[in-house]
Amino acid sequence: MSQRIETKDLNIYYGSFRAVADVTMSIEPRSVTALIGPSGCGKSTFLRTLNRMHEVIPGGRVEGTVAIDGVDLYGPDVDPVAVRRQVGMVFQRPNPFPTMSIAENVLAGVRLNNRRISKSDAADLVERSLRGANLWKEVKDRLDRPGSGLSGGQQQRLCIARAIAVEPQVLLMDEPCSALDPISTLAIEDLIADLKSRYTIIIVTHNMQQAARVSDRTGFFNLEEAGEPGRLVEIDDTSTIFSAPREQATEDYISGRFG
Amino acid sequence: MASTNTVPEVTAEDLRRSLSRVDPARKRTDVIMRVVVYIAFALAMAPLISLVWSVLVRGVGRLDTYFLLNSMRNVFGGMDAGGAYHAIVGTLVITGWAALISVPIGLMVAIYLVEYGTGRLAKAVTFLVDVMTGIPSIVAGLFAFALFYLLIGPQKAGIIGSVALALLMTPVVIRSSEEMLRLVPNELREASYALGVPKWLTTIKVVLRTAVAGLTTGVMLAIARVIGETAPLIITVGMTNSINNDVFRENMMTLPVYVWQQFGLGLVPCREGATDCIATINFDRAWAAALTLILIVMLLNLVARGVSRWFAPKVRG
Repeated sequence: MSQRIETKDLNIYYGSFRAVADVTMSIEPRSVTALIGPSGCGKSTFLRTLNRMHEVIPGGRVEGTVAIDGVDLYGPDVDPVAVRRQVGMVFQRPNPFPTMSIAENVLAGVRLNNRRISKSDAADLVERSLRGANLWKEVKDRLDRPGSGLSGGQQQRLCIARAIAVEPQVLLMDEPCSALDPISTLAIEDLIADLKSRYTIIIVTHNMQQAARVSDRTGFFNLEEAGEPGRLVEIDDTSTIFSAPREQATEDYISGRFG
Repeated sequence: MASTNTVPEVTAEDLRRSLSRVDPARKRTDVIMRVVVYIAFALAMAPLISLVWSVLVRGVGRLDTYFLLNSMRNVFGGMDAGGAYHAIVGTLVITGWAALISVPIGLMVAIYLVEYGTGRLAKAVTFLVDVMTGIPSIVAGLFAFALFYLLIGPQKAGIIGSVALALLMTPVVIRSSEEMLRLVPNELREASYALGVPKWLTTIKVVLRTAVAGLTTGVMLAIARVIGETAPLIITVGMTNSINNDVFRENMMTLPVYVWQQFGLGLVPCREGATDCIATINFDRAWAAALTLILIVMLLNLVARGVSRWFAPKVRG
């Protein structure tokens, strides 16, 4: 079951530098939330705190709470590895494992964790995940070929298949289409619409049309000036944000009058 | 047109001239540098070719299966007999043990430096590795000899030589492995973490697996670096004319020491008209053993290439 994500007074640091300040937001289960804002405003940093990937960076630390269904992900007895199994992530650049075939890439979450899986279960999981990522038809005859031989868009869908093969509750996407051409982008956007029925999706994007097309709710991040921390300016239904935002800054940003 | 273009008119003729004009000074520099680079290349290649050629010419005559499969036991004077089997075994066993000691240690230090180490300790380790790289081989030999003297008294054994060689190999393994591990893109580590894979499994199954081709090459370079060491082995392992497969007991022969020993024996004073005496037999054996050593290193390199190719990430389907 997908669950509600709530952050409260979230402050995110790189060493002593505060990159994101005081984010309080609530994300509904089985919806798509888009995060928009200028470069360097902390959208991606914020996204990475939702599955504790931020602390992988040396000096990265977090204050405040991120709760999934009431459980604080930064609580003292929470294992970050377990969090990441519940909250999957797709990165900006497609990053299939170069040493693995297409099928092995999909199974990476299982195999890398040394979990045993029978041949037939593995085949099922590969097919289910690749179908889920809309890639099955294109690769079903070459599952044993290297994943890095696919096109950029296919690689990104392979990465999505790899992420959903772990069966997470939440899927984080960090500008998943920024390295892709419009046709591949369309394929991924269609896929997001499909995945919404099963996963809670949070997507960071620089493309405002994309935010308007795929998301139910949109959050706008901004920073007052370079060196200041980024803040969440407002979050609301996507239609509201794009037609009648409450804040002037949001209006300026989405209409291109920014800076 | 309301153009405010103030750029002076350039005719097609001007343009052609400016594009086809060659700066004579630049052309001269280009030729000079080209010649210098070719000469430098020839200078670097000449000794290599000459070395391989002379070893080949002088060594190939004696290098046959008899030489490879027989030891020097009961061989004396100018007898047309004797081989390097005992030395080949010794070199392979001692170097193998050295690799067995230094590769795990070196690899783990490299993993520490790349994946875990931060701050002062990592810097100190890096510095010590640099210092270790500069240890003269004879000092490594004396160190291993002294260490085992304290532990087991005055003895010679193959394993003492292995320890000395491992001391020389470890920094080379650390340095090359460290570089290879740093080449693994961080995105792959993050992709693995994001799938809920713990760090230690990510290191083993993603980082090491991705870098394995480069790591193999590094280990082979380290082996090639120590397989020809002579001085530390004379101190720690000594020499013998018989076959000894046991690294933990008694003297062993190794190829470099064999070459040194045979060369040191010099010309055999044969009796006038003796048909069963070859005056240059010791030199012949030394050259054949040197050729054998080169062939072993080449063979190891070929194996390493095979391994690298087998494990290398496949880009195209």
